[in-house]
Amino acid sequence: MSELLFLVLAVLTVTAATSVVAVANPVRSALGLVATLFLLSIFFVALDAQLVAVLQVIVYAGAIVVLFLFVIMLLNLQGERRVTGGMGLVAAATAGALALTAFLVTLLARAATAPAATLPPGFGETRALAERLFTAHLLAFELTSLLLLVAVVGAVALSRR
Amino acid sequence: MAVDVAIAAAKALFIVLLVVQVMGLGVFFERKVSALIQDRIGANRAAIFGFAGLGLVNTLVADPIKFLLKEDVVPASSDRLLHSLAPILSLVPVLVTFAVVPFGDVLEVGGRVVNLQAAELSIGILYVLAMVSLGVYGVVLAGWASNSRWSLLGGIRGSAQMISYEIAMGLALIGIVLTYNTLDLQEMARAQGTLLWGWLPAWGILYQPIGFLIFMTAGIAESKRIPFDLPESESELVSGYFTEYSGPKHLMFMMSDFVEVVLVAALVTTLFFGGWQVPYLARDGFHLPGGAMLALPSWGVAILEITSFAVKVILFTWLQVVIRWTLPRFRYDQLMRLGWQGLLPLALLNVLVSALLVLLVGGA
Repeated sequence: MSELLFLVLAVLTVTAATSVVAVANPVRSALGLVATLFLLSIFFVALDAQLVAVLQVIVYAGAIVVLFLFVIMLLNLQGERRVTGGMGLVAAATAGALALTAFLVTLLARAATAPAATLPPGFGETRALAERLFTAHLLAFELTSLLLLVAVVGAVALSRR
Repeated sequence: MAVDVAIAAAKALFIVLLVVQVMGLGVFFERKVSALIQDRIGANRAAIFGFAGLGLVNTLVADPIKFLLKEDVVPASSDRLLHSLAPILSLVPVLVTFAVVPFGDVLEVGGRVVNLQAAELSIGILYVLAMVSLGVYGVVLAGWASNSRWSLLGGIRGSAQMISYEIAMGLALIGIVLTYNTLDLQEMARAQGTLLWGWLPAWGILYQPIGFLIFMTAGIAESKRIPFDLPESESELVSGYFTEYSGPKHLMFMMSDFVEVVLVAALVTTLFFGGWQVPYLARDGFHLPGGAMLALPSWGVAILEITSFAVKVILFTWLQVVIRWTLPRFRYDQLMRLGWQGLLPLALLNVLVSALLVLLVGGA
């Protein structure tokens, strides 16, 4: 991925992600979330993971956030009330943010930059991913599908109450 | 490098222009075919130098100009930003979906072999699903941002309907993917060039007849047109989610509706009716079943293929207009029952049977 592309995308993504928590209107927040997820999928495309990118859009942007919006619309929410904590909360949050930044910077500075790996042929393609999924990770895959089924049945059972 | 960029730009421009042309024809069908069905004459008033051209002047020239010149009324209590964003979010995802729809095989120009598809994506069909699933935001936001009861009801109906029918649509596509063993739309179109028993073009409808019915139904539901036009439903909700839109923004909603019609037509063509394939036409010319052969240059073959694609897309656009003017609107419970209890189980069964057949007999 070219550095310029990365920088532009990074700035956009962080802006969109910040807007999710900074905006008072819940519908605009949800839209910020969609924008964040969409921009993340562009990162995936730039990293040769087209399938992951498309799944990200289909599942998160196309289905989950639509359901969020659906609920927000039905609840007819107005702008959220802004609650500011005391000075103690602000100080604690600032200290936490600074500590995290310092931690990440030291970690990144110490980490040796790995040489650019040459990707195996077919990397990120559906076929390669499916082969891994249905051989090495078959058990996890099937268990996940079972978990999802249980969740679906549970949702239906709860909605009947 | 510069040549590659130019070729890519030319292909993108070509498919967009093709879509817009077919869309114009779709509007023309909408006004004249509906008139024919209802025993009226239809649009024939606007004329240029006395030439009304069967209403073509109305639909292609007068209508868009009228829309663009009208006042853009924004309700005072609306969310202005989202109100303006909604028509864009409704039109753009539909238009960019055409990037992966192949409109021809290959064209050889000056030693280059150009693949006649705007974007060669190996995951083409999933890209289509992703963009279709983004289209729902335009409807939801238009409904919410207008701050009107009718718009809100239309938006809620629209989002529920589109999410419900996306599932059947996706499952219908799984049958196709199983048959052709690829996600690339161009590969699928190429696979439909073979002949069964030496004479019958092996188009997708022969392998996936049920898939075709499900896909077409779900596609019409996705484009929110009669009999699935509950989000709009003018007899109950004025104009549904775009009640509070006028002028150019209203035009964008109308456009995205018609582009969706063209998109469904283009996808049905590509997946089930051979895409750009012309029966017996290979890259070097016609190979008739009797053994006769007619050699053609590469550009001749490309022109025939593009024409074939366009003709099929126009045909399915026309078919959707006829369906729209023939059927009455569903009730909401009927719509949901058809989606969840009719199409979904049928699509699941179709996947199961297709998988079994591919395992036992082999795919296309």
